[in-house]
Amino acid sequence: MKKLAIAVLAFATILMVACGGQGGAATPAATGLTADAAQVAKERELNADDIYAALKTYTPSGKLDPYIMFSSGGQSGQVLVIGVPSMRILKVLAVFTPEPWQGYGFGGGGEQVLAGGFMPNKKPILWGDTHHPGLSETNGDYDGQFLFINDKANARVAVIDLRDFKTKQIIKAPNAVNDHGGAFVTPNTEYVIVGPQYAAPIGYEYAPLEQYKEKYRGIITFWKFDRSKGRIDPAQSFQIELPPYWQDLCDAGKKVSEGWVFCNSFNTEMATGGVELGNPPFEAGTTKNDTDYLHVFNWKKAEELFKGGKAEKINGMSVIRLKTAADEGVLHFVPEPKSPHGADVTPGGEFVVVGGKLDPHVTIYSFEKIQNAIKAGGLNKDAFGVPVIPLDKAMEAQVELGLGPLHTVYDDKGYAYTSMFLDSAVARWTLGGPYASKHPEPGWKLVQKLSVHYNIGHIAAAEGDTASPDGQFVVALNKWSIDRFANIGPLLPQNFQLVDITKTGESMKLLYDMPIGMAEPHYAQIIKADKLKPFEVYPQIGWDPATMAVDPKAITTEKEARVERKGNNVEIWMSVVRSHFSPERITIKKGDKVTWHFTSLERQRDATHGFTLSGYNINLSIEPGMTETIEFVADQAGTYTYYCTEFCSALHLEMVGYLLIEP
Amino acid sequence: MIGDVMKFSFNFDSDVQVLLPDGSKRSLLSFLLPNAILMFAALVLMVSMMLPYWSMTLKAPQYPKGLKVNVFVNHLEGDVREIDSLNHYLGMPPLDEGGRFERSISVIAIATLGLLLLAGVFVHNQFAALFALPALGYPLIFLADLWYILYQYGHSIDPKSALGGAIKPFTPPVFGEGKIGQFGTFASPEIGLYFSIFSALIVLVGLWFHRAAYKPLVDARKRAHASKATA
Repeated sequence: MKKLAIAVLAFATILMVACGGQGGAATPAATGLTADAAQVAKERELNADDIYAALKTYTPSGKLDPYIMFSSGGQSGQVLVIGVPSMRILKVLAVFTPEPWQGYGFGGGGEQVLAGGFMPNKKPILWGDTHHPGLSETNGDYDGQFLFINDKANARVAVIDLRDFKTKQIIKAPNAVNDHGGAFVTPNTEYVIVGPQYAAPIGYEYAPLEQYKEKYRGIITFWKFDRSKGRIDPAQSFQIELPPYWQDLCDAGKKVSEGWVFCNSFNTEMATGGVELGNPPFEAGTTKNDTDYLHVFNWKKAEELFKGGKAEKINGMSVIRLKTAADEGVLHFVPEPKSPHGADVTPGGEFVVVGGKLDPHVTIYSFEKIQNAIKAGGLNKDAFGVPVIPLDKAMEAQVELGLGPLHTVYDDKGYAYTSMFLDSAVARWTLGGPYASKHPEPGWKLVQKLSVHYNIGHIAAAEGDTASPDGQFVVALNKWSIDRFANIGPLLPQNFQLVDITKTGESMKLLYDMPIGMAEPHYAQIIKADKLKPFEVYPQIGWDPATMAVDPKAITTEKEARVERKGNNVEIWMSVVRSHFSPERITIKKGDKVTWHFTSLERQRDATHGFTLSGYNINLSIEPGMTETIEFVADQAGTYTYYCTEFCSALHLEMVGYLLIEP
Repeated sequence: MIGDVMKFSFNFDSDVQVLLPDGSKRSLLSFLLPNAILMFAALVLMVSMMLPYWSMTLKAPQYPKGLKVNVFVNHLEGDVREIDSLNHYLGMPPLDEGGRFERSISVIAIATLGLLLLAGVFVHNQFAALFALPALGYPLIFLADLWYILYQYGHSIDPKSALGGAIKPFTPPVFGEGKIGQFGTFASPEIGLYFSIFSALIVLVGLWFHRAAYKPLVDARKRAHASKATA
């Protein structure tokens, strides 16, 4: 029977080979390429690996990427949307920085969103240092509904609605001067968590550095997310006061560790710098201790305390005081080796992986062991009264990877991938415990190191920080590109390198280099494209992106277009459709207060119009079905033109009108 | 023969018979059959109202999926808005303006055709054909009216529109291909029209059976009159 099966298989193989041979008469057997393709490969000096990489990434016109990567836009303050594996930029989402193409911050609703993130004294902030995008999750998996991202520079977070890929809310954390460990979500997006970075007195208070230990604090914010409204609700949100240890990166527990949050920290030395005074600079002062503290939060307990009235109102925000957090079991510490970075929870929530910038290991903490240690009690306390679990009571394993391990993501085969900053490499290593049976190698072992170019910071994998990673691809987010791209002057692009992780063992391959020439991104998340269900056009004419509903006051036909005057107030209802505005002539008086509503009557996908008014710093993007309102005072008399700024049709140049402002 | 067919297909009780005025008997089924067929024709006609009768598809490079408008007897569906938006450059009236009167009366008119078919069931002589005639001619009337609407449409170009001056009046084809600018147009009948034609064919069949059933009755009545007169 077995023999027969083999014979049949062998025959089938011969048949397949024979048929294959017939199909490609021009195919040189050695390369499997057509003569033309072989010639191109020869001319461009492409080897077999290059051809493999090309085939893995080339995306013919009209074919779509199976994954979408949301990358922090770094100092641009925006978010990059990138197709994977083609590595094509699809859009740069306007978030913290005004962006004219999207009409964001030049009149219209974007201005209100930006104003939401101004300083408490209303001082405008018109950029952001975006670090960590966080997609909304359901049961620990991306659900494709919302995206959150933090602004490290000003302790803010933004909410982006993925129905129209627009920023809906920017909110400034009271009491925090900067942030870093965010935005991370709890497994069902109950909270958007933003951890702190550099300690400061709560709420921008003044205190000299001599009072560092007494007055300076870290503060972690648990922003309550109201999914139905698509907004963060500050009234339902709370903060926890922390020691001034420079908390860094956080991750929410999931599955077995749901209800918990983990953050690393790197200044338990409480260094206060002053290199100019002969003190050790921060870079030395903060790296003195052999260990810092992994912060272990019980956020369900914290929520209970907050709801039970155990939080104090500071600057309008509920804050759970450090003492309360320590006494009530909200916060525990576990030592973590030398200048730790990252705190990345495994897909099943069993372990937390922490890298050590100056330690060749990643340290793997067991959630179960942490729980047992907390239950056993009898823990020593640190200077602020927080119980400390000894490292050996919480550690599951340490894996030696090399120099500068930072961040870790996961795949579907029980491998972990850690970015190695100093080694400029991606390390693939095996998880143990319940993951040991998924890969051929023993658990907790380094499998392969792949060089990347150069100085990798974060690392992203396809759904690689969720409860069910996809494998397939890893992207190395490299800080330096040095020689990878044509020289374009002393400021170089970053380099996103796509890595193939489809096969087990030592099989990781570099596939593609993507230059990022607009900022230095930090983290990125990669979601399956079919989880995103954005609008093709706004669902109905008169749709207001701010409320995500039809504006009952918006006009829906050209017939309703009109100008109304009440005293000095002029209200304009304008219809926008290929290829004319209506009205096309508007005459007002100097000093009039103008409220100008626009409605796109378009239903055709991609039939976007722009609107700019010369001399008034206004530019809008008016997408199919959308309504938008601007307000300004006509303080300059004269003759002004307004025109469509998005090439909409053959008669686009004719889409224009005159605003006559009588002196 | 009809009785045989009915026995075969429906297995009705052939003992139930109709006594004709001259004393001859015929199967009840031979009278029920044309009624059923005409009622079925009316039903098919009613169903057609819920289906598109005709469609126009426009194809151009920048519309990879094409633009399609489906014409029902009482409304239009599909990319009407976008086609109107494009047509306004040519100075063509909105699609909605063509055949507005016809659409406004269509449901009542077609329902009337159906009721007339039902009325035919109660007319037991050759005049039943008169009641069925409107439903028979209806598909042709529809097509003729469609041609007229298209003619009107292509001859109502607004010369003040962007390209109005450059376009000569024309009649878009009722069926088949045409070309306007970068757009290829494809006009084709849709399932509703086929239903209405099918309904007309059923009416023909129904009338044939109607004649087969009631001609003997009319003849028997005549014979009965004749024998009464001679008596």
